[in-house]
Amino acid sequence: MDNNRIDQIIDKHQGEASSLIQVLLEIQSENNWLPKEALERVAEKLQVPFTRIQHIATFYKAFSLVPKGRHQIHVCMGTACHVRGAPRVLDTVQGLTGIKPGETDLDLKFSLETVNCLGCCALGPVMKVDEKTHGKMAPAETANVLKNYE
Amino acid sequence: MSEILLQIDGKEVRAREGMTILEAAQGAGISIPTLCHHEKLEPYGACRICTVEVEVRGGTRLVVSCIYPVEKNLIVRTRSEKVDRIRKMILELLLAHAPDSFVLHDLAEEYGADKNRFEKEASFCIHCGLCVRYCAEVKKKNAVGFVDRGTRREINFIPEIASKECNICKECFPLCPTSYLQATFVLTEALAFPSSSSEIL
Amino acid sequence: MARLNSPEELEKFRQELLSKRDPNTPCISVCAGAGCVASGANEVIAAFKAEIEKQGLQADVDTKGTGCPGFCERGPVVVIYPEEICYLQVKPEDVTEIVSQTIKEKKVVDRLVYADTTTGEKATHESDIPFYKNQERNLLGSNIKIDPKSIDDYLAIGGYSALAKVLSRMSGEEVLGEVKKSNLRGRGGGGFPTGRKWEESRNAPDEIKYVIVNADEGDPGAFMDRALLEGNPHSILEGLIIGGYAVGAHEGFIYVRQEYPLAVENVTIAIKQAEAYGLLGKNILGSGFDFTVKVHQGAGAFVCGESSALMTALEGKAGEPRPKYIHTAVKGVWDHPSVLNNVETWANVPLIINKGADWFTQFGTERSKGTKIFSLVGKINNTGLVEVPMGITLKDIIYKIGGGIPGGKRFKAVQTGGPSGGCIPEKLSDLEVGYDELTKAGSMMGSGGMIVLDEDTCMVDVARYFLDFLTDESCGKCVPCREGIRQMLKILTNITKGKGETGDIELLEELAEVAKEAALCALGKSAPNPILSTLKYFRDEYEAHIKEKRCPALSCKELIAYHIDPEKCKACMICLRKCPASAITGGKNKIHIIDQEKCTKCGTCLEACPPRFGAVHKISGEPVPAPIPEDARTIIRKSR
Repeated sequence: MDNNRIDQIIDKHQGEASSLIQVLLEIQSENNWLPKEALERVAEKLQVPFTRIQHIATFYKAFSLVPKGRHQIHVCMGTACHVRGAPRVLDTVQGLTGIKPGETDLDLKFSLETVNCLGCCALGPVMKVDEKTHGKMAPAETANVLKNYE
Repeated sequence: MSEILLQIDGKEVRAREGMTILEAAQGAGISIPTLCHHEKLEPYGACRICTVEVEVRGGTRLVVSCIYPVEKNLIVRTRSEKVDRIRKMILELLLAHAPDSFVLHDLAEEYGADKNRFEKEASFCIHCGLCVRYCAEVKKKNAVGFVDRGTRREINFIPEIASKECNICKECFPLCPTSYLQATFVLTEALAFPSSSSEIL
Repeated sequence: MARLNSPEELEKFRQELLSKRDPNTPCISVCAGAGCVASGANEVIAAFKAEIEKQGLQADVDTKGTGCPGFCERGPVVVIYPEEICYLQVKPEDVTEIVSQTIKEKKVVDRLVYADTTTGEKATHESDIPFYKNQERNLLGSNIKIDPKSIDDYLAIGGYSALAKVLSRMSGEEVLGEVKKSNLRGRGGGGFPTGRKWEESRNAPDEIKYVIVNADEGDPGAFMDRALLEGNPHSILEGLIIGGYAVGAHEGFIYVRQEYPLAVENVTIAIKQAEAYGLLGKNILGSGFDFTVKVHQGAGAFVCGESSALMTALEGKAGEPRPKYIHTAVKGVWDHPSVLNNVETWANVPLIINKGADWFTQFGTERSKGTKIFSLVGKINNTGLVEVPMGITLKDIIYKIGGGIPGGKRFKAVQTGGPSGGCIPEKLSDLEVGYDELTKAGSMMGSGGMIVLDEDTCMVDVARYFLDFLTDESCGKCVPCREGIRQMLKILTNITKGKGETGDIELLEELAEVAKEAALCALGKSAPNPILSTLKYFRDEYEAHIKEKRCPALSCKELIAYHIDPEKCKACMICLRKCPASAITGGKNKIHIIDQEKCTKCGTCLEACPPRFGAVHKISGEPVPAPIPEDARTIIRKSR
């Protein structure tokens, strides 16, 4: 991600240090991850110590310091989903993709994360792939959903 | 600054408005154990070992003395069965990480803490934050910071800053209660400091 | 669209809007909340729009995506106005029939209306459906009537009239008085009297003050705030502006969880619309009151739902809570007085102003006034959002509204209050829901998550689940929480794996005391609650796990084994084929045997075995019977 784009995002938030998290969220969303150079640029422009950015980038689950896959799989592990069998869905997805939560596969196709509640609790278990949310997931159905992604 | 009279362990103590219970106690020669406190740094309230009992508005509360501000007629107890139980448990939890720390060892003796109560877990950091806060607040270099959260939380040196600042400073080293800081620095230096081989060429 | 510069102009504009809307115009309202969208609502809306256009009916029929009305179990939900005919689980394929039958011929499509799962009794109109009939939907009732992306829809149902009333006829003091009189208590979990919090900030001597909407909604299983913020964002804005006026704040923040992109989108649109209409910004409705709002997204941290951590996050830092010896209402964001309230709390404010505190206090009990939205989820037939007056019994919520437990299973307990709460057992289901009642029973109201558990739920696993959640979410700053939770989780995990030891329960209770008494923030202090409440009511389950290595609910994987009863097995091969681990041997006419070494305890065989055979069962606490000898496995089928 080039510095111009980063500067644009920072300026959109009036270059305020309190918007640090919002700035990083936008960079993460556009770039799919936070390269070190981007973080250094943000630290420089917003005049905040690098330790603070480092803490924020690792404290919050939304950020990734490594490149992510083309498709993000989020399996909800909230209470309602848990009680309806989310762990089994997660096990199946792990088996199908070969990766564990927090990992990305070698082809950079899928990244897997657990998430602690997407707010669709009535439809548990819930799995989200990119922008599409799938409710009432049975382990057997996960294969059908995932095979549609390149 | 107006004077405030309060009672600590049955003793009448004079304090100034804006002081914490810890400061008032120290001024009166009453000792309260601390791990994350340092007079040059903002109170942090993380180790919780300075927890004391206070009586306020008709009820008893447990508060951390390093942060709780003195109040008129406040009654403070720095030791009690509950307070001691809590301090003992905090020490036992920390000793699982740093069983050989002298600082923890001395306190453990006083409170009867058993360093083998919990299974040992490799990670000598007790998260007192003294190193991070000293570098940020006193030296203003921010060469070391926290990363991640929860049980995965750790300290981490920024190689680009540390390689320039730390060898001539190292003022944080004696602050570390477990010597984990020194170990982390040495490791960072060996593995991550920017290479100076270009200068040799 | 010109700015509305006075309450009179607002009213005039509202009347103009209403005069252009014929209440008899058919309107197809499709729920477009995140839940129904996950069930395909967007495809249904597109199908309706396409069909209406195909039939040339665009001028006569409205189609809109609306806010969430709460009946998520049966989504996508479609309500046809003006008749209020409610269709459930609508698919794009049903659209043609609905348009030709209901829109054109005013006939009801019978197969799509509500049918009670047990009695089969049908209900055509939204207000007749038992799920809705027994609720008091003061807040949620509007959702199905408005397109959340349309400020005009909100104005048409009376929106912003409370703000106009406040700015033209009430002083900040009077607004505060009304909120205090209503006895509104915080809906986010603490249940702190809202009026008192506002008063503290109002009285704090500082030029700069803030009002904040906590839309982090971190409790897993809770999604009421999502429905309100996504479905009716203007109602929250209106409440916030009124709050700012009462307290003396000119800046507001809406902190929304990043996992709710639709809510972020809708509230951002709502802010722009309100600004364009002059309902936000400088000199609102000509009153001289300035107020601006900014949206801040969360970044995936449950702890940021805690008020002081949220404020730290607003300052652009890692969300570590601060000690609250001085209330954040006095020293909050950047050390300025900050009033932080939950989404649902803010949503109640315009109602209280418009209809009065006396109206509000007629709902609820002595110390818990008004209605509360609960997310009724888990092992329950009618999952969704229910809004009920405080004081209703748990039994009524679960059976009258929730429709009971699916599969004929026995109701075991209800978990309320999220990771800070506890479980209320079946024997206490006559409990009248309210802040103090739930706390006295060992749980808490929390944000309103109500997770129903049945006989198949292991209560030790429930405690373990919450501790696991908190381990991931703890900020890690203080010892009692970071280290205490770490050890508590270890012990609970061992217990669920059959490695529990005598003394474990006592150690858990000791660790619980330290966390409760000495942790820095409410996350740490309430972390032991799930353990303490399950120990209180289900100690026998803990003891069975530890002493007998048995899981009474037959749930803990390490303590159960799946077994096919040779007496009942009819060798139908269904489970054999479906087993993902190929752990079942057998054949046509040969009784099936599960190889315990290969079995992954996934439960597929149990679900696959036809109910009339019911040959698969789970065993715990005793050895698995040895497989019957090979030669005894052949089934001799009696010929007719």
